[in-house]
Amino acid sequence: MNKKTKFICTLVLIAIGAGLLVFIDQATPSSAMIRSVLQLSAIYSLAAVSMNMLNGFTGLFSLGQAGFMAVGAYTFAVFTIPVASKPTVYYLYGVADALANVALPPAAGIVVAGLMAALLAAVIGAPVLRLKSDYFAIATLGFAEIVRILVASSVFNRITNGSLGLKCIPGFGSYYTPFIVVFICIAIIVLLMNSTYGRAFKAIREDEIAAEAMGINLASHKQMSFIASSFFAGISGALMAMFLGAITSTTFPLMLTYNILLIIVIGGMGSITGSIIASFLVTFAKEWWLRFLDVEHFIGDFHVPLLRTGFRMVVFSVILMVVVLFWSRGIMGQKEFTWDGLYGFFRKLKNKRQEKSPVGGGAAND
Amino acid sequence: MTKENILRVCDATMQFGGVVAVNNLNLEVNKGEIIGLIGPNGAGKTTAFNVITGVYAPTNGAVELNGKRIVENFPQGKMKQLYKGQNNGKYTKSHLLTPDKITKLGVARTFQNIRLFKNLSVFENVLIAKHMHAKGNIFSATFQLNRKEEQRMREETLELLVLLGLEKNKDDMSTSLPYGKQRHLEIARALATNPSLLLLDEPAAGMNPQESDELMHFVGRIRDDFNLSILMIEHHMQVVMGICERIYVLDYGTLIAEGNPETIQNDPKVIEAYLGVDD
Ligand SMILES: Nc1ncnc2c1ncn2[C@@H]1O[C@H](COP(=O)(O)OP(=O)(O)OP(=O)(O)O)[C@@H](O)[C@H]1O
Ligand SMILES: [Mg+2]
Repeated sequence: MNKKTKFICTLVLIAIGAGLLVFIDQATPSSAMIRSVLQLSAIYSLAAVSMNMLNGFTGLFSLGQAGFMAVGAYTFAVFTIPVASKPTVYYLYGVADALANVALPPAAGIVVAGLMAALLAAVIGAPVLRLKSDYFAIATLGFAEIVRILVASSVFNRITNGSLGLKCIPGFGSYYTPFIVVFICIAIIVLLMNSTYGRAFKAIREDEIAAEAMGINLASHKQMSFIASSFFAGISGALMAMFLGAITSTTFPLMLTYNILLIIVIGGMGSITGSIIASFLVTFAKEWWLRFLDVEHFIGDFHVPLLRTGFRMVVFSVILMVVVLFWSRGIMGQKEFTWDGLYGFFRKLKNKRQEKSPVGGGAAND
Repeated sequence: MTKENILRVCDATMQFGGVVAVNNLNLEVNKGEIIGLIGPNGAGKTTAFNVITGVYAPTNGAVELNGKRIVENFPQGKMKQLYKGQNNGKYTKSHLLTPDKITKLGVARTFQNIRLFKNLSVFENVLIAKHMHAKGNIFSATFQLNRKEEQRMREETLELLVLLGLEKNKDDMSTSLPYGKQRHLEIARALATNPSLLLLDEPAAGMNPQESDELMHFVGRIRDDFNLSILMIEHHMQVVMGICERIYVLDYGTLIAEGNPETIQNDPKVIEAYLGVDD
């Protein structure tokens, strides 16, 4: 396949995806499950890809994802809640004077959310990135918990509204907004990972000592990766806030970090396409396909055992365990989806068939 | 013709806890030379490399590159009491560089246990070494504002692979290469950083006599083609004696002999050190 065909194929794929979205938007009632599940999947894709930048591409095992998403979400909310709604939102403590008349447009809010998360990453990065792997994981996990405690603490009552959380957060301007934002962000991440800096990150993942011997400054490159990852985590947090419309400190628990971690493990550590595919699969399974497990069912008079609230998560966890045990490299491993890869896959499949049925030649049939 | 000094290691001592791995090492490499560093197992050869390349900070002593002192250290903290080496007090400054800075100053190395970037292709392995010369920042690189630079890096990488006979393998995973080629790739990667001094840690390890003979010629060739000075650790005497202009011999961290291959071969101390260890 030459470059031009691949480019056209990619365009066609994007067009099909966009067409499908438009179709779903037009054809389904606004309360349809699939609409919100698709949006949520897209948001999870960005969260997963941004976490993968750090964990899968740079080899820094961070558990701070939920913390950076919380920072993004709160920043977005604080700066974009309409001035008119502020008295209702902050009815108990009142709003900080400096913020009383501030309401950025959502687009600016998204960028500010990313910048705030990145700024925080820059501040904590210097001390935290010195730590060796396990300690780095524990430190970032601790950071995420501190963020949660701080946003709920009374010190920031007039900004974060304490444990009451924030509501009246502007939603998506159109059904397509989250998809467009996520698409742009992931496109930038792909460009970054294919650039010379992305290669340097991968070198650090593969072998820190060798990377350093190649003239790659570990401290500054880890810091760059950490900041970039946090920037996009912050944006995914902002999208989450828009999606939910209301947030509290419990919206971003440790469990959220684990969920995203599982998505990148299932998709493949170090694969952007893997993370995206897994985000959609996992979100669809968890939020939709497995929902029936949470409801009691009767077949005739027979009460189907086990089915009750919470059973969905049990099944989900078992599926995850099986995947991690038997398919530990995930769906994509470290590979990306490429047209050459797909072409090669079908060629192999065809060859296998022809070997199996020498008469007739499988190719003509399908 | 006066010799232009490239590397000078001055009284370098490396002590790990109570173990003195390198003891008061003095060593010089002049421009264009191929110098051997030999010694029985555990003599401290790799440790000496790690001191020169900034992986370890010497406990005491200094390293000079092109006449400039790049690293200097003296026993501090707990080491003040523990220090068992010599020249205590001769060095009073603490000036350390991280390995990437030393690479940028023109010192490249290979590793005793091959350290390739395993899940990356041969081409990418070498391309990564070009990163340190990239002038653009992370934004211009991401948004491809400087395509020429990326293109130049790729061209130079390909040239290097052609020169080292690895271009046929360029898209292979680095670990799928046969052992000998992996060693070549490691050298290619080191060369891609544009070094003036190349440190090779047992480049012929695991090779049969014919392969190590080829390697010997290869090392001579890259010295000429790339205008290098080379310091190599090697156990294959045939290689060391055949190519090195001068040889340093370490035993238990201490330099026991230094000189041209003939002197070394006939030095009773060297013979004893080697007889004491292996056949
Ligand atoms: N990081 C370290 N911590 C403690 N001791 C070390 C460390 N690195 C090396 N040593 C010790 O220093 C001594 C010299 O080791 P080194 O690897 O330099 O030997 P070598 O001459 O390269 O041997 P070989 O021929 O086996 O490669 C050994 O006794 C080793 O145990
Ligand atoms: Mg060694």
